[in-house]
Amino acid sequence: MNAITQVRRNDQPIYLDYQATTPLDPRVLEAMMPYFTHKFGNAHSRSHSFGWEAEEGVEKARAQIARLIGADEKEVVFTSGATESNNLAIKGVAEFYKDRRNHIVTTVTEHKCVLDTCRHLEQEGFAVTYLPVQQNGLVDLDRLREAVTDKTVIVSIMAVNNEIGVIQPLAEIGKICREKGAFFHTDAAQAVGKIPLDVEAMNIDLMSISGHKIYGPKGIGALYVRRRPRVRLAAMIHGGGQERGFRSGTLPTPLCVGIGEACEIAMKEMEVEAKRLTKLHDRLLKGLQSKLTDIVINGDLDHRIPGNLNISFAYVEGESLMMGIKNLAVSSGSACTSASLEPSYVLRALGVEEEMAHTSLRIGLGRFTTDHEVDTAVDELVRHVNKLREMSPLWEMAQEGIDIKSIEWAAH
Amino acid sequence: MPPLAYLDHNATSPLRPAALDAMVRVLRAGGNPSSVHRWGRTARASVDAARRQVAALVGAWPAEIVFTSGGTEANNVVLKGAGRPRVLVSAIEHDSVLRAVGSAETTIPVGRNGIVDLAALERLLATSSEPSLVSVMLANNETGVIQPVAEVVRLARTAGALVHCDAVQAAGKMPVDLHGLGVDYMSLSAHKLGGPMGVGALVIRSGAPFSGDRRGGGQESNRRAGTENVAGIAGFGVAAAEAGLSTGGLRDRLEAALLAIAPDARIHGAGAPRLCNTICISMPRVRAETQVMALDLAGVGVSAGAACSSGKVQRSAVLSAMGVDPGEAEAAIRISLGWNSTQQDIERLIAAWQELYIRVTHSDYSQARAA
Repeated sequence: MNAITQVRRNDQPIYLDYQATTPLDPRVLEAMMPYFTHKFGNAHSRSHSFGWEAEEGVEKARAQIARLIGADEKEVVFTSGATESNNLAIKGVAEFYKDRRNHIVTTVTEHKCVLDTCRHLEQEGFAVTYLPVQQNGLVDLDRLREAVTDKTVIVSIMAVNNEIGVIQPLAEIGKICREKGAFFHTDAAQAVGKIPLDVEAMNIDLMSISGHKIYGPKGIGALYVRRRPRVRLAAMIHGGGQERGFRSGTLPTPLCVGIGEACEIAMKEMEVEAKRLTKLHDRLLKGLQSKLTDIVINGDLDHRIPGNLNISFAYVEGESLMMGIKNLAVSSGSACTSASLEPSYVLRALGVEEEMAHTSLRIGLGRFTTDHEVDTAVDELVRHVNKLREMSPLWEMAQEGIDIKSIEWAAH
Repeated sequence: MPPLAYLDHNATSPLRPAALDAMVRVLRAGGNPSSVHRWGRTARASVDAARRQVAALVGAWPAEIVFTSGGTEANNVVLKGAGRPRVLVSAIEHDSVLRAVGSAETTIPVGRNGIVDLAALERLLATSSEPSLVSVMLANNETGVIQPVAEVVRLARTAGALVHCDAVQAAGKMPVDLHGLGVDYMSLSAHKLGGPMGVGALVIRSGAPFSGDRRGGGQESNRRAGTENVAGIAGFGVAAAEAGLSTGGLRDRLEAALLAIAPDARIHGAGAPRLCNTICISMPRVRAETQVMALDLAGVGVSAGAACSSGKVQRSAVLSAMGVDPGEAEAAIRISLGWNSTQQDIERLIAAWQELYIRVTHSDYSQARAA
């Protein structure tokens, strides 16, 4: 276990893509290891101690997750990840209550798996309202209030956006949903362990959680399902009846233990970590702002997790910039769609012009990011942005005071 | 006390050390396979390598492998995703097949030897012209009985039906060949062959219809959304490459020893071809729970049927379907060997089983005398 304490090798480039996935915390790996080796039993085997030992690990993890979000452990269902949790929450609730209510409310900036699930339900006959967001990325509560009716079965609004890191007003949304009798589901994959969450205070009925976004393993997630007042859902995966029938399949003990430990660490360290990340975030932002003009921060700066900065560099071609900063692992949007050249639908929903959306970068900071890494990132970015701008005729014109938008381009 | 004897590999098989090594490497390397930067590319390369290894295990093309969270998910999505309104399943399928189809299913009976009744299947296929999917497992999880899947495919093809084969228990314990069998879909699980829990695969023959029900990021060529369990997948790949049990000799010695101790014991499916690692045996007059508890106290882990039925001890549906009488079914335990099983393990089981058998027969004798 000697190398376990070191996450980054010195010769590696700098990882600044913490919203795509986070490195596994070495302490999490350590907690998982016994369940890979001698505590290998099937948690559902009731007839021998191998099974009981595994079950103990799983149940401890369930409690660790519950504590972090102010829930009861009986309200936590293990899944294979946040995508499955989101699918199960929205389809499961919609399916179960479809005879009474057939309307769903969500926002245009949700993760793709929420939007795709909603589109699928539209084909099945549900009505879906896709709320726009304000220019800062936050949902307009008045519009939400208008959109939720007595036909609305579920409102699905993410806690923290994966591209721009903005935090939605969860307590206010929860209050509106409760008043209207609609269930409130939040995709909290990017929020858990980063900001305090309390399912009671925020009136959250269902919450999706991901392991690998909180320094835990991939292939595991959880869905919080409220018991009082009870939320019911139609299961998507049937079989042995594990997870009280909500989700069949052998529980992957080491992965359950891993996400549990990740929650426990987050619970202990969230406050201190957030302060540290806020400083890093300021250092990054001030570094860039002091050395570059014509940069725009996408999404609200105040209601935002400190580990995210989404920034557009005017007069720079996004792809060239990405190619230039080889030493930095950042992304141009969400990882799922990062291979496509389409500009981000999240940024477009904020009203960001296509040109600016194309030059945006998502920079994710996290538990293992250092001052030195941030400084290096600032230097690299400044160097490459300046270099690309020097080659840009648009930049030259802008410097001469010409309004680019006023130019009438000749067709070739 | 000598080391414990774990003989419940059909519930879950311990992780192979080489699989763990690969996983720890991947866990430390990090990265989301959808990311473009080098962490992403490294993770993608791990997934691709494992895809080739798993494909090789079952004679499939890598592109035919869709990684899932396990066998249960694979069984569920295929029965819905094949798009056939009529589903015929054998009576001895795993719960994840039986419950996924629910009331829409038509049950294919099995014979006393645990083999699916092909004549009955032929009749069932002929009774309806509705497009059908037939789901028959390759080997049963409780008895280890190997099913005539190639024959099932032949009958199904004649009737224009598609075939799904749950190979969760068979893969790694017998040769499996997707294209040789001719099935359209196959389910696999990593942790049954020494890979990690939380990962499995649905193999979809190139050209077979399929629409997944999980919406999202378009991973697995749009067949299964969600960030890939990279480490789990890598562990699955290594376990698949190492799989290939040869516990037949050990199993046969164990069986002979148990029958020598208890001549009135019965091995279910004994007359049929079986996996080389599984024994389903009834010790007369002793309830299965009593046996597993006594064996557990002696440091031997076996089970009273499938592990997944969440605690409640029920009579085995598999044995009922085979026409085993209830008393005998309630006395059946499953012993399943695996990649790390030893002569010492089976000796320990034999000793504990003998002690229990003598105790029980002796008390029977005393009771008879007292009466």
